Amino acid sequence: MTTFLLRRIALVVPTLFFVSLLIFGLQQLLPGDPATALAGEDRDPAVIAFLREKYHLDQPLPVRYALWVEAVGRGDLGESIRIKRPVFDLIAEKLPVTGELALMALLIALAIGLPAGIIAAVKNGTPVDYGVSMAALWGLSIPNFWLGILLILLFSVELGLLPASGFVSPGESLKQNLLTLIMPAFVLGNAIAAVMMRHTRSAMLQVLSAEFVRTARAKGLPEIWVILRHALRNALIPVVTLGALEFGTLLSGAVLTEQVFTIPGFGKLIVDAVFNRDYAVVQGVVLFTAFAYILLNLFADIAYVVLNPRLRT
Amino acid sequence: MTAQILGALPAEEVLGEPPWLRTTRRLVKRPAAMIGLAVTVCFILLAIAAPLLAPYDPLATNWAAVRKAPSATHLFGTDEIGRDVLARIIWGSRASLLAGLVSVMLALAIGVPIGLVSGYVGGILDGTLMRLIDAMLAIPFLILAIALAAFLGPSLTNAMLAIGITQMPIFARLTRGQVLSVKHEDYVEAARAVGNPQYRIVLRHILPNIVPPLLVQATLATAAAIIAEASLSFLGLGQQPPNPSWGSMLNTAKNFMSQAPWMAIWPGLAIFSLVLSLNLFGDGLRDALDPRRE
Repeated sequence: MTTFLLRRIALVVPTLFFVSLLIFGLQQLLPGDPATALAGEDRDPAVIAFLREKYHLDQPLPVRYALWVEAVGRGDLGESIRIKRPVFDLIAEKLPVTGELALMALLIALAIGLPAGIIAAVKNGTPVDYGVSMAALWGLSIPNFWLGILLILLFSVELGLLPASGFVSPGESLKQNLLTLIMPAFVLGNAIAAVMMRHTRSAMLQVLSAEFVRTARAKGLPEIWVILRHALRNALIPVVTLGALEFGTLLSGAVLTEQVFTIPGFGKLIVDAVFNRDYAVVQGVVLFTAFAYILLNLFADIAYVVLNPRLRT
Repeated sequence: MTAQILGALPAEEVLGEPPWLRTTRRLVKRPAAMIGLAVTVCFILLAIAAPLLAPYDPLATNWAAVRKAPSATHLFGTDEIGRDVLARIIWGSRASLLAGLVSVMLALAIGVPIGLVSGYVGGILDGTLMRLIDAMLAIPFLILAIALAAFLGPSLTNAMLAIGITQMPIFARLTRGQVLSVKHEDYVEAARAVGNPQYRIVLRHILPNIVPPLLVQATLATAAAIIAEASLSFLGLGQQPPNPSWGSMLNTAKNFMSQAPWMAIWPGLAIFSLVLSLNLFGDGLRDALDPRRE
């Protein structure tokens, strides 16, 4: 197991290297002189000169890359041209909002996906199973920004039950905070619930036909006990690691959901940055998500080995 | 007589049947997949025949008919500057289907060769290529597409490019895995023993045998690409106004939800039905190609 873990950790290094190359390379896609493009609409010559100096644009590409990596290593992701603040601070400020939204979405996904997947597996081949599979396909096919709009139409415009947009911090009013987040969290959790349903179902189907489940049944244990205590515990291992893989879906979805419900989070930060040609912010957000994804997957792989008794030698 | 003998055989065991025929026969027995195929074909016909079918010019504004609810003259209603929503939905199918098709073609054209080389050659080249693929997969799909669209500039072409590039790693991974699983099969060893050049072994002996999983993935990827195009257009990074696209129609509709809800209903329904159909067809195709089923 130690060898596996060491190899797995060693693999992170080249991946991080390539990620940094890709994100550094994004800047090279800008047409024309990067300093002019980065300076935004005004094209102030002083700003252009400052940027050329700051990003060492007169230096050769490998030197610029090395300097950039060194800065990133210090936690310096550059500065937002528009808001004139360090990108790192902006990300740190928006992260809790998206974090809360994502956490709620994940909880909703678990609350729907797990039980539905278990029921579908236990009732394999029945109309219930078919219904759950159809619901999962529905969840995967509906664009989440449209689902958001439909929910706003129903709950805000027609029924007037929930606020259509905005965000209230939990410190200000926990009740308002939950009321503003419940619709976006459901919208975001919907697609993940579908994926989770499919995975739980197939993992449960595999486990339910295993020897140890047959043994548990043969001992005369009640069926519900067999399913929850013996089968589910083992089926959960692959489902747990799925959480890390779905992090990308969660963040991509958050960008759209935050746009629909006007929530000032991470996703809104990158979209606003795109329209303001605030390239340092775009780069910073991409870099941050990639690092988070790589680390999460590393932890998930380690957790998988630690949780799975068969791999624990 | 022959029919009787064939009838006596188990349904799935028609001897000497070519694989594509067996797949087709299994596929037509899956109603969900066939419905998916039928709806997809309808959308394709709609996109091709848009100039004939659209009741109005999708760009023509009419200030006398601003935000009119669905009626006999405007079946799906009109938008905030009096354009016919049905006409825009019909023309918008072109942007969606084009984005789905072009980006998946692009992803295949780059991803499959990378996967073939990586899987067949192995060694350091394989290791390096796969770390590059890992790096691309580490950036969430939409975030990477947004970043690319941002740096390339917002347009439908760049959105397709961005979606294609972000989908490429999946095909490279899948192809590599398939190559690894067949490259030591007897027929590949035989082709090598006869003295075929490497490129011929890869293109003539390996590639044709790994097409089925690629086909399934391509169908599902088209569905994902259509959602991605709609998402980018919804954010304003895809098809630019006034040209119609389902995603950008929803972006505008968001601002008129209480006054003109129909503006939001139809484009979303169009995306949903096309994507659902492609997913149904893709799932059916996967089951039909799977030799372990039935």
